[in-house]
Amino acid sequence: MDGKNLLAEVAIVGVGHSGYYPRGQSPDADFRLVLKAIFAACEDAGLPPKQIEGLSSFCGPPTDPRRVAAALGLPELKYAGLQWSAGGGGTAAAFANAASAIIAGYCDTVAVIRSVKMDEATRYGQGYQKAESATASGYGFQGVDKAPYGILSPAATLSFQACRLVEAHGVPRAVFSAVARASYHHAQTNPDALMHGRPLSETAYDEARWIAEPYNLYDCCLENDGACAVILTRRDRAKDLKSRPVRMLSAGESASFRADAPAFNWPDFCSAGLRSLAPRRYRQAGIGPRDVDVVQAYENFIPGVVMALEEFGLCSYENAAETLRFENLIAPHGRLPLNTSGGNLAEAYVLGMGHVIEGVRQLRGESRNQVPDARVCLVTGGPLTPMTSALILGHADTL
Amino acid sequence: MTEHYLPDLLPVPHPMDAGYDLPHFEGLKQERLVIQRCKSCQTWIWGPEHVCYECLAWDPAWVEVEARGLVFAWTRVWSPGFGPLRPAAPYMAVLVELPHAGNVRMIGNLLGERMQRVQIGDPVVGRFEHHEANGYRYSLLHWARA
Repeated sequence: MDGKNLLAEVAIVGVGHSGYYPRGQSPDADFRLVLKAIFAACEDAGLPPKQIEGLSSFCGPPTDPRRVAAALGLPELKYAGLQWSAGGGGTAAAFANAASAIIAGYCDTVAVIRSVKMDEATRYGQGYQKAESATASGYGFQGVDKAPYGILSPAATLSFQACRLVEAHGVPRAVFSAVARASYHHAQTNPDALMHGRPLSETAYDEARWIAEPYNLYDCCLENDGACAVILTRRDRAKDLKSRPVRMLSAGESASFRADAPAFNWPDFCSAGLRSLAPRRYRQAGIGPRDVDVVQAYENFIPGVVMALEEFGLCSYENAAETLRFENLIAPHGRLPLNTSGGNLAEAYVLGMGHVIEGVRQLRGESRNQVPDARVCLVTGGPLTPMTSALILGHADTL
Repeated sequence: MTEHYLPDLLPVPHPMDAGYDLPHFEGLKQERLVIQRCKSCQTWIWGPEHVCYECLAWDPAWVEVEARGLVFAWTRVWSPGFGPLRPAAPYMAVLVELPHAGNVRMIGNLLGERMQRVQIGDPVVGRFEHHEANGYRYSLLHWARA
């Protein structure tokens, strides 16, 4: 980096989503959910859908960009980018890819898209629904080192890092409760949130059933149906659109040394995978932890939030119990407003795409839980995934 | 055949990559824990790799190590994510670290009382559990308190 932040050439100009539904209840197929999200994001931007020239996504999405281009009659699809991470680890990286395509001049306008739709066999809480004679091979998800021992679901697979966080680093489960309750608190003013009208008390959290210790029900993301889309374009084109543009101050991805080493043998075991990425992101944005006004931190499981905040210098394991109290985590006046739409726990789980949408709304002043004068929003993609990413969004007047 | 820790409903392990990790599975059947160690730089490696991740030498050796270690992390699974396994819950699994083999880690079930207290650092020893599925024999490595 020679002082010039090339991301200044890019603006986020539109955000949108389909309706969010409890799992299996979407009347629409995946593809139709994605089209609805794209139309909503284009409407928000004031940009005709046929001006989309590129599509970006992550985590083996069900949507084929060629199919989207044909369905929308795009004059030409000039860019179709896919990030390789599992889960929400690639959320922010899909934006880095989209921005780099614009900066390189491959195209002017890119839609980042992702949907999720579940049936009984594909819901996250049911990791293994195949025939009894099924076999395992290799050491990945449901591999030979896990599945024969009953480690089948994402929750069981990702419980061991959480065990270390609690028992080796001394982060109390009261912190997980605070994060869960903050998300549910924010969902109560967000009519789009699946947990709107269903607040979560401290007692209800404490009495929830175990899924895989140390995870109880509320430590786990929602299972639901929905799709999100976000439109990026060249900064000079953003001025002609009706929405208030938001800047990408910094974006990137990381897999640290042997991050996906087989059979749980990665060296920095209890990690969000953001430790080396965080300083690079701050450096590119030209800011530090003190400049972050609001955070949207990916949570497949709550302990990942604590790891991400620690690695971004927003708390330490020693002070997590004090820093990550409920009162500190809620908008408008908490010191570290977190997941202000309800996030993956209480709004909807679209592999973290909702976090980017909420970050944009905060910086436009349009959140249902607005942080006063929010100028910088950190969005993390996927702690507790082997490759992670992060995005720092900035207020329009920095354009 | 002795009783199994979990019912015989779970995926049956098979070697990967044209049998590359067969020595590990054959070892388990003979009640031996066989993992990898680089022939050039002596780095312990688990799970299996085609080249040593430190010095990039091909084909690390397959070496027997003593099946004992320390609990690095643990879980008790209440919701297995697989309906037919639900009656077997809760059950316990431990991630075990092998200090005498470069601190490599591996998962197994923790035998014994399913509500037992376990802590990081607790010493455990390996227990081999033998299976047969439609004539195919394989073995798992579980752990018990030392």
